[in-house]
Amino acid sequence: MSHLNANVIFEEAENLYNDIFPRVNELKVKDRIKIPMMEMPAQEPEIRVLNLDEVAIGYSEQQAIVEANRCIQCPTQECVSDCPVGIDIPVFINHIAHGNFQSAIDTIKETSLLPSICGRVCPQETQCQLHCSVGKVFKSVEKSVAIGRLERFVADWERKSGGVKIPAVKPATGKKVAVVGSGPAGLVVAADVRREGHDVTIFEAFHKLGGVMRYGIPEFRLPNDIVDEEIETLKKMGVEFKTNFVVGKTRSLINLLEKDGYDAAFVGTGAGLPIFMGIEGENLIGVFSANEYLTRANLMRAFEKMKSDTPMYRSKVVAVLGGGNVAMDASRMAKRLGAEKVYVVYRRTEKEMPARVEEVAHAKEEGIEFLFLNNAKRILGDITGHVHSMEVLRYELGEPDASGRRKPVVIEGSEYLLEVDTVIVAIGNGSNPLISQTTKGIAVNKWGNLIVDENQKTSIDRIYAGGDIVLGAATVILAMGEGRKAAKSINELLEIS
Amino acid sequence: MAKILHKEQLSENVVLMRLDAPLIAEERKAGQFIILQVDDDYGERIPLTIADADKEEGSITIIFQIVGQTTDELSRMNVGEDVPVLVGPLGKPTHIENFGRVVCVGGGIGVAPLHPIAQALKQAGNEVITIIGARNKDLVILEEEMKSIADEFIVCTDDGSYGRKALVTKPLKEICEREKKPDMVIAIGPPIMMKFCAETTRPYKVFTQVSLNTIMVDGTGMCGGCRVNVGTEVKFVCVDGPEFDAHLVDFDNMMTRLNSFKEIEHEKHRCYIDKLAEEKIAGGTK
Repeated sequence: MSHLNANVIFEEAENLYNDIFPRVNELKVKDRIKIPMMEMPAQEPEIRVLNLDEVAIGYSEQQAIVEANRCIQCPTQECVSDCPVGIDIPVFINHIAHGNFQSAIDTIKETSLLPSICGRVCPQETQCQLHCSVGKVFKSVEKSVAIGRLERFVADWERKSGGVKIPAVKPATGKKVAVVGSGPAGLVVAADVRREGHDVTIFEAFHKLGGVMRYGIPEFRLPNDIVDEEIETLKKMGVEFKTNFVVGKTRSLINLLEKDGYDAAFVGTGAGLPIFMGIEGENLIGVFSANEYLTRANLMRAFEKMKSDTPMYRSKVVAVLGGGNVAMDASRMAKRLGAEKVYVVYRRTEKEMPARVEEVAHAKEEGIEFLFLNNAKRILGDITGHVHSMEVLRYELGEPDASGRRKPVVIEGSEYLLEVDTVIVAIGNGSNPLISQTTKGIAVNKWGNLIVDENQKTSIDRIYAGGDIVLGAATVILAMGEGRKAAKSINELLEIS
Repeated sequence: MAKILHKEQLSENVVLMRLDAPLIAEERKAGQFIILQVDDDYGERIPLTIADADKEEGSITIIFQIVGQTTDELSRMNVGEDVPVLVGPLGKPTHIENFGRVVCVGGGIGVAPLHPIAQALKQAGNEVITIIGARNKDLVILEEEMKSIADEFIVCTDDGSYGRKALVTKPLKEICEREKKPDMVIAIGPPIMMKFCAETTRPYKVFTQVSLNTIMVDGTGMCGGCRVNVGTEVKFVCVDGPEFDAHLVDFDNMMTRLNSFKEIEHEKHRCYIDKLAEEKIAGGTK
C-alpha cells in the first residue's frame, strides 16, 4: 500500500458515488463486491512528519457512502460477534449506505460510547473486520469492509454538525461512585453509572485527563480535541473530575469508601509500568521506555520545543524495540521530533506484528525502516555514558509457540553493530503496583494484575476493576468493554443496596 | 492547585515555601515527596521532598534550591499565588523503627528531606546523631530544627566558614570507629556525598540508607526515567524508593543518568533568564 494523494482519492470516490448512490436499492451482491475499497485519505508523508496533526484525514461523505455499499448485509454477521462491545455493525453501515448518518451514529451509540476514539484506535483487522464476508471473498482481511473508518466517519460527522447529544441522566439517587483513572475504561464506567443518576467522581493522577489516550497515543493518531470533547460530554452529564490525585497515595482506595462516603469504586489505572529488555547498557543516557518518550512528547507537550519546559532528547538515529502500536507511535514521534533515521527492531516478521496494519503502512510511508527478525543484544555507550550503538542479533522463525506464532530463534554468531544514539524500549507494560501495594487484601495474579470475577468485581466488596490493570496491556476497546460490564455490576449493586 | 501560604529565603539559592495541601498534609509520612508544575500546560514535572507538614493548617513545607528553570520560576512566585499542579505524597515512606543509635547525615539542601526523618526516628526512641554539612556558612539550613532533635549534633562546612572544616564523611567515619558502632545511617544530599557516605560506612558494615532524587516524569511508576541499579536489580525510585540500601546503589550510573538532559536544561534556563532580563528592560523604558 503506497500513499495516494487525498484529492485523487476524493475525486475517484465522487465518480463512484455518482454512479452508485442513485441505484442503492437495486445493488446486488455481485455489484457490491465490485465496488473498490475506499482508501483512507491522509496527509502527504513528507509534510506530516513535520507536524503533529492527525495523519488520517477521514472519509468524505461520498467515500463513506460508497464504502458502506460494499457491505453485502450477510446473514452471518461475524463482525458483530467479533466486536468486544457488540455494535450492530450491519445496521449502522446500512444507514450510511443510504446517507442516513444520524441513524448510523445513533445505532453505534446504543452500545459504544466513544466511537470517534474507537474508530481511530481499534485494531479492526483482528476484530470486526477479521471475519468479514467481503474480505473472505478476496481472501484478504485488508479487503474487508472498512468498518472502523465508517465508524470514525459518522462519529466525526456528528461532532462537526454540532449535534453530539448529552445522554440523559436519571434523577439523583444520592449514591456516590469513585472511578480511579480517566482512561477509556474509567470514562465508560463514569458515563454508564452517571446515567443511572448516581454521582460520579473520576480521580486522575496526571494534570490532564484521558489516561493513555493523552499520554500515550500521539495527536497524529488521536487528536487531543477528540478526547477533550468526550470528557466535556461527561462534564455536561455532571461527572466530577479530580486531577493530580493519586488514589493509593493522596487517599487510599479503602478510605474513599470508608471515610469519604463513596458507595462503590472502579479501578481503571491501566498498565503503567514499563518493561525493559534486561540487557547490558539499558541504563545508558539515551535509552528510554516508550512510556517516558511518549509522555514527554504528548502529555508534557515537549513536541512544542519552544513552549514546553520538559526537555526532549535530541536524537539523530533512533532504534525502537518492539512491534506493537506503541512502537509505531514512538518511532513516528521520533521522526517528528527531528530524528534523521528511525529503525523499528522486531524479532519476528511483519506478519506477526501486533500493530494495526494502517499504522505500519503509515510508518513505512514516513520512512521508518523495519528490521524484522532482529533483536537487540546489548547497548553500547561512550565514555560519557551516552548511547553510540547497539549490538543486534539476527533471528529466524522456528516452531510455533504457545501463542501460535512461530517462535523466533537466534542465528548464532549473527551479531552486528547498528549505530544509534537513542534506543526506545516498547516491548510492553507490566501492571502498576500503586493500588495493589496500598489496598490491603486486594487479590492480584502473578503478573500483578487485579483479579476480578465475571462481573468485574475484585476480591474486595464494592471495588470493581477493568481495562489494562486487569487484562495486562490490551486495547482501548477491550478496556471499554470491561468498563461497560463493571458499570452494569455497579448499577445493580447500587440499586439493591 | 495549591496556594502559597508562606515563603522564606533560607539562603541565596534556597527557598522555603508552605503550600495549602490538606490531603497531602494528612496522608504524608517522612521520606515521601511531591511533584509540582509551575504551569498546567507547558510546565515540567519536578519531584521535591516534603520537608514538613501541618495537619491542622492543612499545609506542607517544601524547601528547594534554584537549579534550573522550574525552580527559578517557582522561587519567583509569591504568597497568595497558586502552584497550578501539586500531587502527592509519592514514594514509599521511610521505614521507621527503634534501631538504637542512628546517624542522620544531611548535605546542603538534603537537610530538608532529612528533617522529618530525623524527627520520626527520634520519636521512635532512637539515639540520633546528626551531621549536617554545606559548602559554606550561608548554605547551612535548618540548623536549629536539626539541633533540637539531635542527641549529638555536628555541623561542618567545606571551607571552614562555620563549624568544623570537613566533609561530612570525616565525622561519619569517626562515629563508625567509636566503640559503640551506629546501628543505622541515613544520608541525604548531593549524589556524590551519598556515594562517599556509602563508601565510608561500608567497611564498618553499618546499614546505610540514602534517598535518591533522580529524573522523573510522572512519579507513579509509569515512565521508568528514574530507574537505578540496586544490587542486581533495576528499581524505580518513584515507586520502589526513594530510599535504598546505599551499599547496593550504583551511584556512578545514577550520576551519569542525572546528566541526561543537562545541556538542554541549561539552554532552557538560559533562555528563561534572558527573557526575564528583556522584560525588565522593556518594563524600565515604559
